Parts: sequence; C-alpha cells; structure tokens
Amino acid sequence: MFDNFVVPDLLPAAPELFLAAMACVLLLVDLLVKDQRRTVTFALTQLTLVGCFIIQFATSNGQIAYTFSNMFVDDLMADLLKLFLYMTVIMVLFYSRGYIIEREAMNKGEYYILALFATLGMMVMISANHFLTVYLGLELLSLSLYAMVAMNRDSVVSTEAAMKYFVLGALASGLLLYGMSMIYGATGTLEITGVAERIAMGGVNKTVLVFGLVFLVAGLAFKLGVVPFHMWIPDVYHGAPTAVTLFIGSAPKLAAFAITMRMLVNGLLALAVDWQAMLIILAVLSMAIGNLAAIAQTNLKRMLAYSAISHMGFMLLGIVSGVVGGRVDPNLVLNAYSSSMFYVVAYVLMSAGSFGMILLLARAGFESDNLEDFKGLNKRSPWFAGMMLMLMFSMAGIPFFVGFFAKFAVLQAVVISGYVWLAVVAVAFSLVGAFYYLRVVKLMYFDQPTDASPISAPMDTRILVSANALVVALLGLFPGDLVHLCTLALAQSL
Amino acid sequence: MSNYPLLSLSIWVPIFAGFLVLATGSDRNAPLARMLALVGAILAFVVTIPLWTGFDNAKVGMQFVELGSWIPRFNINYHLGVDGISMLFVLLNAFITVIVVLAGWQVIEQKVAQYNAAFLIMSGLMNGIFCSLDGILFYVFFEASLIPMYLIIGVWGGPNRVYAAFKFFLYTLFGSLLFLVALMYLFVQSNGSFEILEWHKLPIALGAQIWLFLAFLIAFAVKVPMWPVHTWLPDAHVEAPTGGSIVLAAIALKLGAYGFIRFSLPIAPDASHELAWFVIALSLIAVVYIGFVALVQADMKKLVAYSSIAHMGFVTLGFFMFSAMGVEGALVQMLSHGFISGAMFFCIGVMYDRVHSRQIADYGGVVNTMPKFAALFMLFAMANSGLPATSGFVGEFMVILGAVKFNFWIAFAAASSMIMGAAYNLWMYKRVVFGDVANHHVAELEDINKREFLILALLAAGTLWMGLYPQPFTEVMHASVNDLLRHVAISKIQ
Repeated sequence: MFDNFVVPDLLPAAPELFLAAMACVLLLVDLLVKDQRRTVTFALTQLTLVGCFIIQFATSNGQIAYTFSNMFVDDLMADLLKLFLYMTVIMVLFYSRGYIIEREAMNKGEYYILALFATLGMMVMISANHFLTVYLGLELLSLSLYAMVAMNRDSVVSTEAAMKYFVLGALASGLLLYGMSMIYGATGTLEITGVAERIAMGGVNKTVLVFGLVFLVAGLAFKLGVVPFHMWIPDVYHGAPTAVTLFIGSAPKLAAFAITMRMLVNGLLALAVDWQAMLIILAVLSMAIGNLAAIAQTNLKRMLAYSAISHMGFMLLGIVSGVVGGRVDPNLVLNAYSSSMFYVVAYVLMSAGSFGMILLLARAGFESDNLEDFKGLNKRSPWFAGMMLMLMFSMAGIPFFVGFFAKFAVLQAVVISGYVWLAVVAVAFSLVGAFYYLRVVKLMYFDQPTDASPISAPMDTRILVSANALVVALLGLFPGDLVHLCTLALAQSL
Repeated sequence: MSNYPLLSLSIWVPIFAGFLVLATGSDRNAPLARMLALVGAILAFVVTIPLWTGFDNAKVGMQFVELGSWIPRFNINYHLGVDGISMLFVLLNAFITVIVVLAGWQVIEQKVAQYNAAFLIMSGLMNGIFCSLDGILFYVFFEASLIPMYLIIGVWGGPNRVYAAFKFFLYTLFGSLLFLVALMYLFVQSNGSFEILEWHKLPIALGAQIWLFLAFLIAFAVKVPMWPVHTWLPDAHVEAPTGGSIVLAAIALKLGAYGFIRFSLPIAPDASHELAWFVIALSLIAVVYIGFVALVQADMKKLVAYSSIAHMGFVTLGFFMFSAMGVEGALVQMLSHGFISGAMFFCIGVMYDRVHSRQIADYGGVVNTMPKFAALFMLFAMANSGLPATSGFVGEFMVILGAVKFNFWIAFAAASSMIMGAAYNLWMYKRVVFGDVANHHVAELEDINKREFLILALLAAGTLWMGLYPQPFTEVMHASVNDLLRHVAISKIQ
C-alpha cells in the first residue's frame, strides 16, 4: 500500500521543520512558565530563530532544490530572504520585549508563539513553488497576525483593528484563491513553474488566464497594502499594540515581495505586459495617496502606515520595469527585480527602526505614538534624536542613508526601461513625502519638549535602536554589498 | 604632496572633526566643543592649502584625481578631482568654515557642540560637491548638504525659522530630484556610466539636450538662486543665524553656479546656446529688478540677501556669454562674493548681537560708538557695490566687458545695475552708520572686540587681495576655462 510513498527530501525545508517543531515545544513549555518568568519563553523563541538562521546558513548550497512534489523550493532568493526574515524577527522581538512586559494583557507566551507561527507562514510563502503553498503560508501568517493585533483584548481600538483586518484579509484571501482557481482552469496545474511551462507551450485560454491574473493581483495588492487595497493599513497600524505594528510593518513585507516574485515572475512572466499595466496604476496611486494622506496625520503610527503604502508603491515601480515591450531581456529583468528586493530589505530595516523608536519612548500607560510626543526630543536625548533623524531622512530618501540608494536603485531601473515619466512622477511624490518626515525632525529639533521625563527604555532596546539606525547610515555609505547580494540571489531564480 | 589623498582629506577631515565635536555632548563642555571645532576647521583648511601650492596651472583637466569603485553594481565610482574652476572653491569653503566657527564663538550658547558640528559636516559635504567627478557622488553630496543647513536654520534661527527651514529644504529638494532623473537618463544614454567627464563627450540629440538642460536649470537655478525661484533665499537668510547666513551666501549659492559650469554647459552645449537668451533674460531681471527690490528693504539682512541674488545674476550672465572673459569674470565674482557677502552678513551679525534688531530704522550714528567697525563695514559696503580696488569690481567689470562683446544692450543693462548696487549699499550704510546717535541702544554700543576684528580683517584681506592683484586667481582658471569653452563650442548633435 505504501509502495508508492517516497519520503520527500526534507533537507531543503529543514529550517521550517525545526521552527514548526520548536513552536510546538514552546507551546508546552509556556504552560509551565509563570507570567513573571516569561523571559524563558522569550529566550527560547530567540534561540529558535537563531537556530533557524544557522540551519538555513548551513544547508544553503547555492543549488535550486525542489521538494514535496515540487510544491516547495529552496533557492538563493529563498535563502537570502529567509535570513533577512530571521534577523528582522529577532530584532522585532527584542524591541517588543520591554513593551510587552509593561502591559499585563499582552504579557503572555502567546505573543512569542504567534510570532513564531507567523514567521513559519512567511517562510513557507518565501519558498512556495505552488499556488496552494502560497496560500497555505499566507493563511498561517494572516491568522497569526489577526490574533496578535487583538491581543490587547481590552482595548477597543485594537479589537476594532483586528476585526477590520480579519474581514478584509479574508476577502483578499478569497480573491487570491479565486484567481488561483482561474489559473488552474486555464493551465491545468497549480505548480508555479508548471504554469509557466504550460503558458510557454501555448494553447492556453488567455482570457481566463488574465481574468485570474486580475484577482491574483488584487489579492497581492491587499497583502502588500497598496492603493486601492490599502484601507486596512492605517487602521491596523494605528490600532494594533505598537509591538505588533512593528511586526506587521516589517517582516511580512519581505514575504509579500517573495510571493509577488514567485507568482507573477516565476509563474506568469509571460503575462508581464498585463500585470505591469495593473501594477503601474497601483504604484502611482499608492505613492499619491500614501504621501498625501500621511501629511494630514497627527499619530506617528498612522503616518508611518501611510508612508508604508507609499513605500510599497515605490517598490512596485521596480517590479513594473522588468519587461519592456513584451520582450524578456534577462539583464533588464534582473536589474529591475533585484532593485525592488533591495528596496524591500532597506524599507524593512528603516520601518523596524522607526517603530522601534516609538517603543523606546513608550512606557507603561503611555504609548508615545503621537507626533507631539516627539517634541523636543533633542533636548531630552540628543543621541536618540540623532538616531530618529537618520531614520527619517533615510525614509525620505536623502543621502547618505540607505533609503536614498533604495530609491535610486528602483529609479534607475525605471529609467532604463524607458519610463522616464514614471520616474518623474515618483520623484514628485517623494518631494511630497519629504515634507512629513521633515516635520518629525522639526518636532524633535526645533520645538521645546512638553514632556521632560527621561527615557526609561531597557538597555537592549536602546542598543538595538542605535544599532538599527547606524546600520541604516552605514548601508548608506556602503550599499554595494547588499545590492550585490540581492542581485546574486535573484539571478538564480529568474 | 600629491601622494596624499588630499581631496578625500579635504572632505572627510571636517566631517570627522564634526562628529568629534558632536561627541563632546552637552553644553557643559561648550568651551571644549568650540576649541575642537576651531582646531578641526583650521586643520581642514590646512589640508586644502597643498591643493593651491601643488596645482599645475598649465595642465588642462583634473588634478589630484582619486578613483575607486563605490557601488560596482551601478557603476558608481568614488571619483574625485579638481580643475582650475573647482579648486579655488574648496579653499574658499575651508576658509569660510574657520570664519564661521569664529563667528559663533561667543554668540552661540545653546547646543554649541551641535552647532559647530553641523557647520563642519556641511563644509566637508560641500567640498565633496566641488570635488566629485561622478554624477551620483555629486548628487549625494549635493543633497546631503541640505540636512545640516536645515538644522542650522531651524534650531538656531530667528522667530520664523521653521517656515524658512522647510522652504529652504523643499525648494532645493524639488530642484534636485529632477536633476536625479536627468542623471539617470544620462546613465542610460552613455551605456551605464556616471562619469561626468564621459558625459562631456557624449553626443546627444538636441531635443534630449533641451530636456536635460531644463532639468539642470531647475536644480541649479533654485540653488543659485535665479529669479523667479529665489524667494526662499531672503527667508532663509533672515531667519538663519549669522554663521548660517555666511555659509549660505559664501558657499551654498556657489554650488548652483558651479553646477552650470560642470553640467549644463559641457553636457548640453547646443541647448545652452539655444536657450542662452532665456538664462540671460532671467539673469538681467535678477540684476536689475532685484536691485530695485534691495533698495526698498527695511531689514539689513534682507537687503544683503537680495544683493546676493543680484550678484549671482552677474555670475549666470557671465557664463552664458560663452567667452573666456565672461566665464572667468563670473568665477571671480563668485569667489569675491564669497568674501564680501560673508563679511556683510557678519557685520550685520555684529550689530544684531548688540542691539537684537536688523531693522535699518533702529540704527543711526553707529560710527560715533563703533568707529573701528564703521571703517571696516564701509570697506565691505563699498566692495559690495563694486568699488575699484576691491574684489567686487574685478568680477563685475570682467563680466560687463564680456557682455559688451556679446551684445551692447545687455552690457548696458548690467552696467547700470552697478549704480543700483552703489545706491542700496551706500544708502543703507548712510542710514545705519552716519548721522546723530539715533537711540540709547546705539549710544550703548561697544566697538568690535579682537575676535570680531580678526574675522573682518581676514575677510578684508581676501577682498583687497583679489581686488588689487587678481592674477593669481585668474591664472589658475585660464586653462580649465578655455578647455570648458572648447567643449561648449563643439556641437554634440550627430
């Protein structure tokens, strides 16, 4: 009966298996840990992630490996993105620890365990080579996130945000599934590389395919948080506890980029002309609405939410400049997509740092998430004002910070593809964007503090925020290696 | 001497010194911060002196060249070099930085370390602009230098500083973002090179040249500033602290003019010829109309700010005559304006520190209480109106001579503005310095101290040296200017 059963090669999925096992172990361990000693759970979670990092690093051999009947792929892009993912999550958890300890409702092991499951979901997304694997990872991520947003269950804003996120997220998942079923109908397969092969062979009903594509793009756009599928972003970013916002605002962007690459590029590159046209609209709208709406915000988390929308729009510009005139030129494609990847990595770094700053200033009973709370920070702590200054200028895309080179990389790809007008539109909205980042700097440096209390954050948060901002500056001075890594990683998967 | 990376030193010594000053921290260590800043500024000036002494006047092309790969993926190089045009500005910049540190010695009591650090870092970044031979390196320095100036205006400025700081930043950013797109366009046209000198040789069709020229024009016209995009300058000057005004007038305005020489003229020569009438018209408006505007100012700083715009009008006028006389005159004018406008702003600062008013109406009879100051102020007011034997005369005279050859009526209009210059400068001088003692503020004035005398004496020495014996300055320029004009004369249309 089991004659046909072949044990799949587990090695490519070793980090995922390790993480899944550890998450289950942690669930049990956490039962025995009292609230006061939650650090044990924290430490074990971090060790798990470090373990994943090591396993990932050790098992990466630079080859493309398919396993689980080609549903799962392990290539350089997956390796690199997952390594960034572990680092991001480790950083995020360090940031959140102080915040969580100070808030009773959240000081449960669940936060860490949900974070681990969310991470697992993202890892599956990154390595997906099958539409259903994409969906599986995405749902694991989303369900964990819904719960995390609602963790502070006595807060009306948080529960409202979670509800909104859940309803809209479910809708987006539905759209995505519907799109997938159309593609299955047109090509007869759900395996991503298989879909590409079927289309290349010809004889595929293009109408059905494009119809499916529309739904696929809509679902993706929701997960990326680009206009007009962005409605949830400001509310969720604002409503979720800051530690959770930090999580949502950083790592999932890596995974969202990965599934965009997998589905649109690996699977449907033949339809590039169609999806590029859709993404251009999404990108321009996101930059416009994200940047303009951010100006009106008084809450920093909400402002960063709109800024996230505009950043994702900017990132899409790289993805739309891969294919020109329906011809696939490998150099052009690589240049464009690796620029986007660089952009995402840089953005995650900046975003984590900015939310980290909010966590740094927050204390029990005080969220410090209003713009006003940053007033006169230079008087209270010149060092951290300097760090926030770097993060904000980096977000605005001013050199010498990594944000500039991220924008630069994408813009050069756009110009090389001949979309000079698109580049002009993008820089015009960057100018609008600069205004609200400058306003944060203005509050910190030009205004007098209203709150003179010293910063009470624990040492690890302080060191991490500083390190995070300094890395943003350092990568701004020497962006070469990171850009090269992104190119190298994508070169294999294209 | 040329074995040392002199240009790198001239860029990074002040920046490094700036961070060192920043590390002295709070105002308890203010004396140390001042001392360190002065040592840093002097050291930074000393390392630029070999650029002058070791400069080969006969050599065409770049000297002290340093070349290294910076971001190989985009072919961006760390490529530095100076020719006869840019070398002098590096020295001027380093010299003015020493002046600025001295100028803030007693006046600045709040956040001393940050104040001095901002100027030192800014000085290094601006040296970077003058030395860059790579388009992106240039751009990166060009934009990064906005950050310290934004902070200088916003933190230590006058009552309306926030508005002025934002206006300064966003205006300039607006110009430079289109410039960035133009750089990328050139990158694509030149098959992947960001070398400015390569672009000088690159053939470009007229239509594209005109677009490039316009993109450059917006970036540099804002920076110069030319009429009608000059409105940020009076605001920025009025609100900035004395040191900020000095740097802004003496160096920052030169960046725009330098951009015309390095980018517009040689990269788009045909468009330059084609659109010369346009730039000349704007320059003449600046020279004549802004002269009238200066005449009616009630605020001394505003008056000098408008006179700066008028003087910079001479500079752009000189460039677009396409003759050696005009270009060299413009360059001399730029250097001379560095000394004179710096001195004028400092003189106003001296009075402002004592009376806390910049209104002409609040003064009168200053000569009675401050005779030494009145004498030096007289020299600079005369120099600012172009008195022979001061540097102000040499530049304007050369430009007018160049203009006579080009078109008599342009020369006529430009020359008439020298009368305007005399009118607004001397009228202001008369109202402020001569007459009876106007009020008790003036009666209580103390004459300048040794520090202030030293600053004015240094600037006076520069002004007179250039006025009486300009040859050492023009000699340095000859070869490079002739080479530039050769480039501009050859059509790039193929």
